[in-house]
Amino acid sequence: MKLYQLTVQKIGEMLARREIKAQEVLESVSERISQVEHRIQAFTTLTLESARDAAMDFDNRGKITGLAGIPCGIKDNLCTRGVKTTCASKMLEEFIPPYDATAVNKLKTAGAVMVGKMNMDEFAMGRSTGSSNFYPTRNPWDLTRVSGGSSGGAAAAVAAGEVFYALGSDTGGSIRLPASYCGVVGMKPTYGRVSRYGLVTFASSMDQVGPVTRNVTDCALVMNAICGYDCLDSNSLQAEVPDYLGYLQTDIKGMKIGFPREYFINELDEDVKNAIKKALLKYEELGAVVEETSLPHSKYAQPVFQIIASAETSSSMARFDGVRYGYRDEDAQEIAEMMSNSRARGFGPEVKRRILLGTHVLSKGSYEAYYLKAMKVRRLIKDDFDRAFEKYDLLVSPTTVSVAFKPGAMTEAVCDILTTPANLAGIPAISIPGGMVDDLPVGLQLMGRPLAEGTLLKAAYAFEQATDYHLRTPVLEV
Amino acid sequence: MTVEYEAVIGLEVHAELKTNTKAFCSCGLSFGAQPNSHVCPGCLGMPGTIPVLNRGLVEYAIKTGLALNCQIAEYCRFDRKNYFYPDLPNNFQISQLDLPIATKGSLEIEIGGVKKTIGINRVHMEEDAGKLVHQGNIMTTPYSLVDLNRAGTPLLEIVSEPDMRSPQEARMYMEKLRSILLFLGVSDCKMEEGSLRCDANISIRPKGQEKLGTRAEIKNLNSFRALERAAEYEIKRQIEVLEEGGQLIQETRTWDEDRQVTLSMRSKEEAQDYRYFPDPDLPPVIIDTAWIERVRETLPELPDQARDRLVQVFNLPSYDAAQLTMSKDILDFFDACVTEYNEPKSVANWVMGELTRLLNQSNMEIKDSKITPSSLAQMLKLLEQGTISGKIAKVVFEEMFTTGDSPDKIVKDRGLVQISDESAIQAIVSEVIDENPKVVEDFKNGKGKAIGFLVGQVMKVSKGKANPEVVNRLLKEELSRR
Repeated sequence: MKLYQLTVQKIGEMLARREIKAQEVLESVSERISQVEHRIQAFTTLTLESARDAAMDFDNRGKITGLAGIPCGIKDNLCTRGVKTTCASKMLEEFIPPYDATAVNKLKTAGAVMVGKMNMDEFAMGRSTGSSNFYPTRNPWDLTRVSGGSSGGAAAAVAAGEVFYALGSDTGGSIRLPASYCGVVGMKPTYGRVSRYGLVTFASSMDQVGPVTRNVTDCALVMNAICGYDCLDSNSLQAEVPDYLGYLQTDIKGMKIGFPREYFINELDEDVKNAIKKALLKYEELGAVVEETSLPHSKYAQPVFQIIASAETSSSMARFDGVRYGYRDEDAQEIAEMMSNSRARGFGPEVKRRILLGTHVLSKGSYEAYYLKAMKVRRLIKDDFDRAFEKYDLLVSPTTVSVAFKPGAMTEAVCDILTTPANLAGIPAISIPGGMVDDLPVGLQLMGRPLAEGTLLKAAYAFEQATDYHLRTPVLEV
Repeated sequence: MTVEYEAVIGLEVHAELKTNTKAFCSCGLSFGAQPNSHVCPGCLGMPGTIPVLNRGLVEYAIKTGLALNCQIAEYCRFDRKNYFYPDLPNNFQISQLDLPIATKGSLEIEIGGVKKTIGINRVHMEEDAGKLVHQGNIMTTPYSLVDLNRAGTPLLEIVSEPDMRSPQEARMYMEKLRSILLFLGVSDCKMEEGSLRCDANISIRPKGQEKLGTRAEIKNLNSFRALERAAEYEIKRQIEVLEEGGQLIQETRTWDEDRQVTLSMRSKEEAQDYRYFPDPDLPPVIIDTAWIERVRETLPELPDQARDRLVQVFNLPSYDAAQLTMSKDILDFFDACVTEYNEPKSVANWVMGELTRLLNQSNMEIKDSKITPSSLAQMLKLLEQGTISGKIAKVVFEEMFTTGDSPDKIVKDRGLVQISDESAIQAIVSEVIDENPKVVEDFKNGKGKAIGFLVGQVMKVSKGKANPEVVNRLLKEELSRR
């Protein structure tokens, strides 16, 4: 085994015992990047030089924290002080923030070594990383398939051994979808669990920062570092942060698991469905009580999400006008023209489409019919979850309808049907490797009560320990 | 038969609050500071920044709501008002649309001794925008510069009911509102600097008609005078349109201070759709009764209460009381001075008269003046004791205003002590009478006015220091002897 193939937990233990140096770990990763990155295209910016300084610092006098000295990637919509934060958009191609996102700052405090910024769909709007203004990120399991989106760079890099873990963001499934397609673990915490400060906004009421890791233990380690109240995010939750490692037990006897029938939809690939059914049987084997249940309003989640997310985006994206930072059209003769041209040329088609849609649904005459109605249905979707969680400790479903698809496939339009409900309801959800179909990973989604990330990690850990999907890695000819 | 019209006026007032920090970030407030020196990623609208509500803004809003007899909402919310403008960093303004912090209030004005209650529809919280700076004229400038120091400054928008019926009432409402805000200490209320701004909604209707006429919203009213003049002009204009058989349109107009006219800016059809929606970055504000009561306890004496006190306790005429309660600083000055010199009417006269005159002349605020309540009290004592004459007092007062020296020092240094010594004055009187035989003759021939000239001469010779009472008496005695 090469160092880059190990987990955060394992590397952390070896660093703590001083068996290896952080600089060696970084060199292993760096070599791996040089071998595979041109095929994966997971990064927008590499910061190996400053990573070497950080690794050396750790070797000289670093504190042992669990994450200290370990290379990671940061999705390129999380602001990094002094390092380009592009959101994979022409609009922010040269944007260097003078501040760190709170989650990034917490990782830095924990001694993390950032090796680069991860590719994504432009402004996190997409499901394949195909809307990146730079290049798409390819799936390490099959380079002809998408990595998923929008945190595709993060998931692909973790799967391909280019980083040990990464931070992503999830507004409608953007961590869980690529995690599912790339066969890694991706957690979307409860809304407000991780500070959104410094995360470039897609949809304020749903955006959440979360980890992408190779296994559940690593997920818990990263969660320990990034969660917690932040006075810079008004919607940040004041709740205490537990030690998530404490939840990692294999005994889940008596745990009540519901599988919502509405999540086994027509569009669901038959093989994926079977894989998930197998996973449910595994839970029964482990002593959990598994029952079918119903979340009747979840079927409206995707259109409701589209309306609300677009509405919020149309307003939040208005700040990109070329006046203070970002791309500016230099040919314009007067200010309205400059602002208009900068936006017309700085944004890609997917971003523009959502801004237009959002502008429409907030306009006079549409507000009640679309935005207000969507907000009401959102409430019903959340009420369904509240009722279900009176009975069940967690809910299980496929993360998405298929394995990783090829660019342009129709699947892209429906692949977030099963992930958006958790964002609308603000509840935590995790995607873990739950099976294999045609040598491609299948994601198993677990959803829990608000702040019940611990319960999700416990159930995820028990499943992981009883299976070996998480141990499989893509074969990349070097 | 000519129709008699009635004006209907409602005001939307924006007051900049003087909280310690901006509305949604921790930047300090500034006026006239170096451009873009009071800014941070938040108020610059940088990517990934999130507004965090300033608790002080809510406190000030509750305070103002209570002082305006409003109901304070238990639950209120912020909305985004979306529009593109280069001085608005996020290209949306955080404001409150349908759930404002305070509603259903009122304030009282008094015109010619008659009191009138003006309804307050709502008070809501919002943030200010920055400023654009142009080289010369906005139409010909080669570029625009953006100063975002003011961006994010907390504002209260106070919307009245359309309860005013004349430009004078509108002015009185505005003055009253200003004095209430000043007493609360929530705003500097400097109209010329823009920390208090006003838009007027004006319509007319035939007297007796219930239904409101088509209104025009007048912007750019930077002084009480501008408000009154613009309202006068606009009412006249609207009447003329109707009387010429024309139709009024709902529109926004601006006051042209130079030409003293209102000009059309845009009609209702051209009005923007602001696409308001609840700000997803800011949780709703919950205000419980305990919070409201805590704020209520901190309410200071308000202008109406102070006015009643001045009338009842000091026996001042209500006109004086109204003048002295125009601002908290003036009232504080008056109160402090009366503690040291208990002749309220006399103090009131000097504050409203000489002091106000000198302040206006030098364009200063009372709190910046070198005259203190104490020094005025000392001067008034000198006057009462007869050490200086009323005429000299004005000289001393001006000197105090300019140099800040104590009245005692000024009187001593400049030898301004009043001469009351009868023999000294008698000598001057005799001398003046001797030198003006013609005037004396006039007096004898029944020209009573002539004595005024002689008094003036005596004062002149004594350099104004002779006690005028003694001069008068001795002059009369001497004239009767001749």
